[in-house]
Amino acid sequence: MDGVLIILMDGVFYAAYLYLVALGLTLIFGVMKILNIAHGSLYGFGAYTGASLVLFYSRQEFWPWGVYLVLIGSAVLVGIILGPIIERGIIRRFYREEVVVPLIATYALFLVLDDVMKLIFGTSPYFAYQPLNLAGNFSFGNISYPVYYLIFISVAVISGFLLWAVMNMTKFGRFVVAVMHDPEISNAMGIKLPRIYLATFTIGAIFAALGGAFTSPMTSVVPGLAVEVIVASFAVVVIGGLGSYSGAAIGALIVGIVRATAVHHFPVMELFMIYLVMAGILIIKPQGLFPIEEERRI
Amino acid sequence: MRPFYTKFFLILGLFVVIGIIVPAWMRYLLTIALCKGIIASGVMLLLKCGLVSFGHALYSAAGAYAVALTVKHLGVREILIIIPVGVAAGILSAAVIGLIVSRYREIFFAMITMAFSMAFYGFLVKAYGLTGGTDGLRIPPPTLFGSALPEGYERFVLYILTLIFVALVAGILHKTERSPFGFLLQGIKGNEVRVSYLGIPVQRAVLRTFIISGCFAGLGGGLLAVNSGHIDPHLSYWTVSGEFVFISLLSGVGNLNFVFIGAILVEFIRSYAFSYVPYLWQMILGGIMLLIIIFSPGGLWQIYNSAADRLKPSLKDSNPGVKHNDS
Repeated sequence: MDGVLIILMDGVFYAAYLYLVALGLTLIFGVMKILNIAHGSLYGFGAYTGASLVLFYSRQEFWPWGVYLVLIGSAVLVGIILGPIIERGIIRRFYREEVVVPLIATYALFLVLDDVMKLIFGTSPYFAYQPLNLAGNFSFGNISYPVYYLIFISVAVISGFLLWAVMNMTKFGRFVVAVMHDPEISNAMGIKLPRIYLATFTIGAIFAALGGAFTSPMTSVVPGLAVEVIVASFAVVVIGGLGSYSGAAIGALIVGIVRATAVHHFPVMELFMIYLVMAGILIIKPQGLFPIEEERRI
Repeated sequence: MRPFYTKFFLILGLFVVIGIIVPAWMRYLLTIALCKGIIASGVMLLLKCGLVSFGHALYSAAGAYAVALTVKHLGVREILIIIPVGVAAGILSAAVIGLIVSRYREIFFAMITMAFSMAFYGFLVKAYGLTGGTDGLRIPPPTLFGSALPEGYERFVLYILTLIFVALVAGILHKTERSPFGFLLQGIKGNEVRVSYLGIPVQRAVLRTFIISGCFAGLGGGLLAVNSGHIDPHLSYWTVSGEFVFISLLSGVGNLNFVFIGAILVEFIRSYAFSYVPYLWQMILGGIMLLIIIFSPGGLWQIYNSAADRLKPSLKDSNPGVKHNDS
């Protein structure tokens, strides 16, 4: 019984981490039809900024619980600074291109940002464990877990809910949905496409940075962390169906639990389990589990 | 002789001369670059029908590991046997995976090829008993026609051998580009639905392209293994596939044989960037890639073509180069 609980807990936790990154990825794809490989770099920037700011904040004699706000603040900071720069500077040029060109362009961007990260933050690891230790532990059956796990999972759930609420309850959200389905008609109706694109990209960037910032207390932040996250979150997004938020959640849960099972029972399989699941689901459902319908182009 | 063959043998001769006069380290770089060019030519073939494979490292790694395992377990070091084994491994892996991926297009194609290569990477890392895990495998110097390579000239002989394979691939690419099959690839890129309405089984054509590209990747991977003498699972990592995509993009799909020029350029840029600004080489590669995509989407081929246009307007008609012309 404990074994199942551990797997579930680990799986859900890993899913929360993947979901935060995949959410932005799938949002950006849904609106702009661009699969943003550089999304991993935004995650990396979030992690580095979060870690550095937490370290800085902890040295001051401030209110200790403020570190969580610092994490959120650093994610927003990264998102609203880097998001517009990347969207206006690079991504904007590729909206009219076929799907593969932006894929390669964002890959190039990813390479560039990876080195920018090294230039800004150096190559030595950052350990910002304060938020993890502050919250203490809780017992779950016979197993003790950091409370921080719960905080992390709630951040992911709240982010998903917020995005859902914005999309369904605000005028801006309805605009975004319209653009998602038909950019030309929505433009003709008076929706300003560049503004929608800029806003969605920034929101997506904030989610990626949020994932990075909240992961940073649990690992050492080292160069190369962007590479790992991007492929896993691709798997999540592709399993769930590109552009679908609920799909991303289901995909994240599937990947999370499969990975946790593999880690506990078949450690040898851990590295390729995710990809096998992804390939398996794509073989059965070529567009992912919850695809967005598209018309055929003749 | 037709002008292509004159040019072809001139360039080949030029490469032999270069191999003789340049220092050994540069020749080695050149050899590695040519091997990567062979692999990238497979990616390029797929790019021609509008498909980006972000997992081509798998087929080259399959070729490389097939070579290494043959040498290790069967004790065969004859280069004329182990290279075909590598090619066979490339073809086989591409045929199996191609059956699945040939149903997908665009992003899904890129992602699922990437997924397979990452799964293979995981396998190579974990199957320690077979592949040596992250330590990789060593490949002892090969033999040619049953005898060891002449002492002191091993590298040179390998370079010439690589060059022969490159010439073979270049010839095939040149023929393919001008064959009905080559034009079919462009058709698939332009509008797949129309092509299928013309009565052509698109999926089978994509599968065939995929297998051919896997064959090149296996060949390149096998040569890479023999030339470098050591392989590790990183060969199958997705960033390596990204590098092949970069090479093909830099070269430009308009002329498939430009892939070798692109590969050499990338290898040298990388080596120099790596030795002068070790933390910035990725940035330099990425920056160049972005500049190419934004300002010269046809790659080096487009730059060459417009330069040739300016020099000699008549040159333009002798090359049936493909201009970017999407529906």
